[in-house]
Amino acid sequence: MLFGLLILLSCQFIGELIVRYFELPFPSPVVGMVLLLTALIVNKGVPSGVRQASEGLLSYLALLFVPAGVGLMVHYQLIAKDGLTILTALILSTAITLLVTGGMLNKLVKKKQVEDGLHD
Amino acid sequence: MTELSALWVYLSASPILSIVITIAGFLIASRINKLAGGSAFLHPVIVAIALIVAFLSLVGTSYNQYFEGAQFIHFLLGPATVALAVPLYDHLERVKQMFWPLIIACISGILTAALSTIAIVMMMGGSRETVLSLTPKSVTSPIAMGIAEKIGGYPSLTAGLVLVTGAIGCVIGPILFKALKITDHSVQGFTMGLAAHGFGTAQSFTVSSLAGAFAGLAMGLTGMLSAFILPLLVRFLGV
Repeated sequence: MLFGLLILLSCQFIGELIVRYFELPFPSPVVGMVLLLTALIVNKGVPSGVRQASEGLLSYLALLFVPAGVGLMVHYQLIAKDGLTILTALILSTAITLLVTGGMLNKLVKKKQVEDGLHD
Repeated sequence: MTELSALWVYLSASPILSIVITIAGFLIASRINKLAGGSAFLHPVIVAIALIVAFLSLVGTSYNQYFEGAQFIHFLLGPATVALAVPLYDHLERVKQMFWPLIIACISGILTAALSTIAIVMMMGGSRETVLSLTPKSVTSPIAMGIAEKIGGYPSLTAGLVLVTGAIGCVIGPILFKALKITDHSVQGFTMGLAAHGFGTAQSFTVSSLAGAFAGLAMGLTGMLSAFILPLLVRFLGV
């Protein structure tokens, strides 16, 4: 468990160094995630400590969003001003995104299944 | 009374109070959600935020004061983001099988989510900060906050709006699948994970484990690709 936590934090730390050094426009934990994924592929498996730490953290993922979410209270003026715009954008854009992604993937998967069927 | 207020001054300066409030608020919110039958409208995170905001306003504690303690919980989002590599690795075989359809659908979805948001907010006359805070709305929170910070939005505003987006997706998604006659659970799951991140993933797991696995995959993939695509897109559009 402690070993897993050390691995996760080390990946994030190296990610931070890479982002700072190359002045990348990406968040450092994302670079850390890519590093860990690469390491897991090279290692051909997930060490049990890493799995334990990851699953532990991810099972409390929802709680971890709360402190930042409470920050909405700081933006009440912006929300009061742009509230209708924000809500419209969230609902419409989410619907369009679901429509495009679902429709497209459905077609692509069916097409691939037909192709694979012909090659078999 | 003065002793009590002295105690309060001491407590409100210590990180313990914020941490206790956060965890207690979350547990109460989870209970409320369970009582409401797990409705997507009353997601524990959204209810917890409402409870804590109400409490802080009531006792007159500022967000900065609260965050001084709550940052210890917030800090764990970093390693949790790194930890997303593990479920992604677990589904590596599935990813290889459906690699190109998934990548094409994922990039199209990311661009659709970002461009439609930017277009709608701009048409309705929203401010620049609103546009930039909303752009990563479909990306899972820890990554979305990092993106918002990079492109010039407010990470805390983004975090809240990402959560609202998740709840909206959980309500709209199943209706659209029925209307479009999308019955493949892997497609349903991937679509929910892309548009509604963790909320969509949690809901997909209640449909089937296949849907859940693909939702988790979409969430990780969308987060990773968005972190690379959105900053470039915003720079390219000159928002």
